[in-house]
Amino acid sequence: MNLITETAAWLADPAQWTGPGAIPQRLLEHLGLSSVSLLIALTIALPAGLFIGHTRRGTAFAVNLANIGRAIPSLAVIGVVLPLTAAIDPQLGFKVYPTLVAMVILAIPPILVNAEAGVLGVDRDLVESARAMGMREVQVLGSVEVPVALPVILTGIRSATTQIIATMTLGAIFGSGGLGRFLVEGIAQNDDGKIFGGVVLVASLALITEGAFAVAQRASTSAGLRRPGSNQRAVPSVTT
Amino acid sequence: MEISWLLDHLDELGLRTLQHFGLAALAVGVGFVLSMALSILAVRVRLTMGPIVTLTGIFYTIPSLALFAALVPLTGLSLLTAEVPLVLYTLLIFVRNISAGLEGVPADVLEAADGMGYPRRTRLLRVELPLAVPLIVAGVRLASVSTIGLVTISGILGDRFGGLGFFIFEGYRRSFPTEIIAGAVPSVILALLVDRLLVVLGARLTPWFKARTGT
Repeated sequence: MNLITETAAWLADPAQWTGPGAIPQRLLEHLGLSSVSLLIALTIALPAGLFIGHTRRGTAFAVNLANIGRAIPSLAVIGVVLPLTAAIDPQLGFKVYPTLVAMVILAIPPILVNAEAGVLGVDRDLVESARAMGMREVQVLGSVEVPVALPVILTGIRSATTQIIATMTLGAIFGSGGLGRFLVEGIAQNDDGKIFGGVVLVASLALITEGAFAVAQRASTSAGLRRPGSNQRAVPSVTT
Repeated sequence: MEISWLLDHLDELGLRTLQHFGLAALAVGVGFVLSMALSILAVRVRLTMGPIVTLTGIFYTIPSLALFAALVPLTGLSLLTAEVPLVLYTLLIFVRNISAGLEGVPADVLEAADGMGYPRRTRLLRVELPLAVPLIVAGVRLASVSTIGLVTISGILGDRFGGLGFFIFEGYRRSFPTEIIAGAVPSVILALLVDRLLVVLGARLTPWFKARTGT
């Protein structure tokens, strides 16, 4: 049997679609844990990024955080957190918390840095006009800076989300659920169909998320910003 | 933490650190050469830019564990299986930064070079690439740091790979926290150290920028 038929056979097998440890359960685990991590990261990183961008205080902190955040491998985070949480809660501490912590750490830098950079990049004249109109600082942020910076802010959330979806697979090495389980088990059992079936599922989920965000981003960009010739800065594509 | 375990395994820690560095350096090196060719192609022949960026972007989206796993049925538990994903992940970072660096060269500078009679290749080597160095170095930093992180995951391919990640896997299998930390912490330090080194190297490579900001 070659790889394609093996993979198709694995994916088509009804046993993979019902019961514990089957595809639907693993997919839900993957999405559930991803959403919780993203929510936690958003509650921490979004206000912090908006605050830094609005007040222009602590921009150096944001840059350093981004650099250090990139240098920390998620596998290492899971590894380090595991012994700690396992000591506190032998059940969830082993399976869920280490991955959760690693995903939150992974997601904070892109969200924070883009929120900060987005707000920082809003035309100063626009902000001054808003103040001159008598808007309070909160209103300036909420009604002017955030809507204008939205495409950049969303880019950060998008990259955080796709990174979480992709990196969540690592949790499976340490026994947490999610689609990564098929990869880890497939390699351990030398089951090519399972490996490739898992690869197809994980890669599709990552690409679908990426695509969905692209659509959402387009839809949520204010019409005024989308107009050609508007002075909105292009979303920075180069990472330095 | 059991310090005695660490002291007993200093040799192994050293060897694994070297392996870690070697696996990462090979991937970054190969990725850099490939990306340089791709970027020059993309900048010269505009039509190829879209497909090159899209393709490298798709590689980047595929989870690393999935990419390692996907190669196992094809190339076995070999060095190739460990290196191919690492190389593929560097492509997007490098292509973005190198092509942005090349495109950022001001048009009048190019014209001046043409006016001085520089052939295309000389212009590329003497004018365009030196001016693109800051963005290229930024790309090398990012690619190195992320590759050093990803090398740990290659430990899924067995004890012959993984660099310091080996200790994370083995420590987990043996439920031995000291060993997990002995793999995790040095891999972070290695990434930060290499990043610092590259900053210094980048400054050395572009003395003219320092001279300009200094005055």
